[in-house]
Amino acid sequence: MNKPLRRIAIFCGLLVLALLIRDNWIQYVQADELRTQKENRRVIIERYASPRGNIIVDGKAITGSKETDGSDFKFKRTYMNGPMWAPVTGYASQAFGATQLESIEDGILTGNDDRLFFRNTLDMLTGKEKEGGNVVTTLNAAAQKAAYDGLRKQGGKGAVAAIEPSTGKILALASFPSYDPSSFAGNSTTTDTDAWTKLQKKNDPNDPMLNRALRETYPPGSTFKVVTAAAALENGLYTSADQKTRSPLPWTMPGTTTVLPNEGTIPCENATLRVALQYSCNTVFGKVGSDLGNDKMLAEAKKFGFGSEQFTPVRASASNFSDDMAPSETALSSIGQFNTAATPLQMAMVASAVANDGKLMKPYMVDELQAPTIDPIEKTEPEELSQPLSAKNAQILQDMMETVVKDGTGKNAQIGDGVTVGGKTGTAQHGENNSKNPYAWFISYAKVADGSAPVAVAVVIQDDEAVRENISGGGLAAPIAKSVMEAVINSKK
Amino acid sequence: MSSTTNSPTHHTSTIGAIGAPSRRNTELALLAFAVLIPVFAYANVGLAINDKVPPGLLSYGLGLGLLAGIGHVVVRKFAPYADPLLLPLATLLNGLGLVVIWRLDQSRRLQASNTFVEAAPRQLLYSAMGVALLVVVLIFLKDHRVLQRYTYISMAGALLLLVMPLIPGISAPTYGAKIWIKIPGLGTLQPGEFAKIALAVFFAGYLMVKRDALALASRRFIGLYLPRGRDLGPILVVWVMSILILVFETDLGTSLLFFGMFVIMLYVATERTSWIVFGLLMSAAGAVGVASFESHVQQRVQAWLDPMREYTLSRQGVYGHTEQSMQALWAFGSGGTLGTGLGQGNSDLIGFAANSDFILATFGEELGLAGVMAILLLYGLIVERGVRTALAARDPFGKLLAIGLSGAFALQVFVVAGGVMGLIPLTGMTLPFVAYGGSSVIANWALIGILLRISDTARRPAPAPAPNPDAEMTQVVRPS
Repeated sequence: MNKPLRRIAIFCGLLVLALLIRDNWIQYVQADELRTQKENRRVIIERYASPRGNIIVDGKAITGSKETDGSDFKFKRTYMNGPMWAPVTGYASQAFGATQLESIEDGILTGNDDRLFFRNTLDMLTGKEKEGGNVVTTLNAAAQKAAYDGLRKQGGKGAVAAIEPSTGKILALASFPSYDPSSFAGNSTTTDTDAWTKLQKKNDPNDPMLNRALRETYPPGSTFKVVTAAAALENGLYTSADQKTRSPLPWTMPGTTTVLPNEGTIPCENATLRVALQYSCNTVFGKVGSDLGNDKMLAEAKKFGFGSEQFTPVRASASNFSDDMAPSETALSSIGQFNTAATPLQMAMVASAVANDGKLMKPYMVDELQAPTIDPIEKTEPEELSQPLSAKNAQILQDMMETVVKDGTGKNAQIGDGVTVGGKTGTAQHGENNSKNPYAWFISYAKVADGSAPVAVAVVIQDDEAVRENISGGGLAAPIAKSVMEAVINSKK
Repeated sequence: MSSTTNSPTHHTSTIGAIGAPSRRNTELALLAFAVLIPVFAYANVGLAINDKVPPGLLSYGLGLGLLAGIGHVVVRKFAPYADPLLLPLATLLNGLGLVVIWRLDQSRRLQASNTFVEAAPRQLLYSAMGVALLVVVLIFLKDHRVLQRYTYISMAGALLLLVMPLIPGISAPTYGAKIWIKIPGLGTLQPGEFAKIALAVFFAGYLMVKRDALALASRRFIGLYLPRGRDLGPILVVWVMSILILVFETDLGTSLLFFGMFVIMLYVATERTSWIVFGLLMSAAGAVGVASFESHVQQRVQAWLDPMREYTLSRQGVYGHTEQSMQALWAFGSGGTLGTGLGQGNSDLIGFAANSDFILATFGEELGLAGVMAILLLYGLIVERGVRTALAARDPFGKLLAIGLSGAFALQVFVVAGGVMGLIPLTGMTLPFVAYGGSSVIANWALIGILLRISDTARRPAPAPAPNPDAEMTQVVRPS
């Protein structure tokens, strides 16, 4: 009977061997994959196991960490002035995950990034507690405060995006109504879950968690005329600000019997581009759009960044200028209506490209990643995205936009004191048959005495409560843009 | 053995019974390690979780030492030639199991569950009862061949034990598997664990008698010796029995275990490879057949093929799905090569049954690949000692019983460890000695007791022959 016994012994050995092989497979070969799978709760336990690194603005942390007990997460995220900074930081919640900078730079903030590996190993050997690195942003605290306070005083809903034209650094990014990410940073099933539930769109129609500056697209209305004017100059349709355009009044859109109306009685017949922008003539820019045609308009819009998402590194939605449109639709699109839609960041990019002599810089908000010891790990270098218009044409357009603020619809944005402001207002219709209150837009840049332009800004206001007649880009949005520009200029002094 | 020889130098000497080494001192030394290692592990858990040596360290060390000591003394007295490795291996596994069960008792997550009970003190009590049963076996079972007399009683007992979880009133179905019974005032019992031993006794007794008929009366067909139709009877009965267990108790593991054990013993008894082929075919047919009817089994297979989907469904609150398999895999993966260290993992995320069916995952996370391989090799060693006992046994009944018990032990470890590690579909079974559960610990200590008894009989020197008055005169003279 011993021969089968020996065979059974081998069989039992094979069973153990199979277990050993399987064990090596899951604990060695697949270990990393299993360890870092996002559903594996250990990933977030790890995220909150040590104090998280901070997000820094102007040398000061706008986030913090607090030790907690009562759960398997040791530390909880805290935010200074949470609602103001939420569009920048996003949130890091024990119960609801992380978004935006908190999620994108998670590796640095938790200290798990490969670039910190050497330091972590050293810390482990010396017995030092693990710490997270810091994310230094490009934002300007004063500008952000001006933007957020302006939106809050205004009430309603709205967003502000401000960029430094020469580099693409994002200076302000505000959205209102906003939310306090501290309110659900923990994982209490009562307080945190309640706060979270209340903030969801289905429970709060104002959708406070929406990052309007980056993720919401609005019809840009007349502010889009800056893009149309750029297209006219770039394609040689007109060559100067003061050349008379071929613009009949009234103007019937091609292929239709519909007359494109202007807002009020304004001198638009054969107006120069400067006058047309100053008074915001729909007829002039509508015709420019249809004269250039869909393709050329689309090409110019794309150069300004329309049609593609921006990664700042937080993702900004793609703005839209449609393709395959009838001439009348192209005309409407060219005055920022029909299907044209843009994020506030996109419109700030338009203003910044004009201000930067035609060069569009890639917008970014992370200046530097730092190790816990504040040694830099990675620094973002400014990067040119495209050249939507030549320096010469950019200067013509600047001249036109400055007229708008000096003598036209954008007078509310005047700063004086040696500061030249160029801008464009917009009042975009929305709702079925223009049934809802329009969006009030203002985009602008400020030039200081030495000729440099430190800031370009876009403001959008959606106020469903306001009296319809009071809504205009110049009235609601321009003052906010002005205070943001002032804040940036003052902080440079 | 006891012969007298004439050496080439014409020197005459008489050799008595060879004093085969009893190896009891080896066992004692190994036992010291088997107690010390868990004591250190226990201290380690306390230091990791509470930053201090656990207050119960001394009593735990003494308790485990006492159990090991009693086992050793009884073996020394009643089974002096028994295998020296079995007792230390079982003690070590039991001790480590206690440590990990205590460690999971400290988990806040598990404490938050409304079914939480402190498991470690109970497990210590069960271990004591297990060692007590080992002592009883060693003292009262003077010779394993006595069990042969109870062949058919064992069968009846085994069947009764298996049917008990189905009887309304004493049945205590838990989470889909009907394998527990209630004992009023004492708690629940898993009769299947005891049925395993009773069935091994029955199979050994039955096969020893029938082996010749089963082995010789056969026809040759394409290289295989096919058994006669009527000899197929017993294997068919056992097969049907396993299928019934599977269907009525929804217990895939036990079903596989019994059938596997029977096939192994049948093969050893008859030395016919054809039985293995038949066994495999029948278990495959049975498994496929049942799986196509039983949704419970189908779901287990689904969960095995795609644990992530199972996790997602469970998270969505779909009834009847569990995230445990995926949680166990994450525990293993997160442990990596060396593990997080005792007390520092998060294997308690597995939740229910973390300290019983899934206990290996905690070893995986906290002791890493190295620790799990060590545990698996400890099991491998127990099986190896069991097989060696079967090889050394001098009587067919002892051989069959020893291989049956060791084979079942190996299959059980494979089924449960393979299930938890995702090698095979998961079935509700306990890892011998390590997992929390009274029935399992007690029954496995009894199993070790029987193996010790068989090995003692096998290694014991034959008694010295009665003194022969003619010894001096009848010297055997051999030419050199």
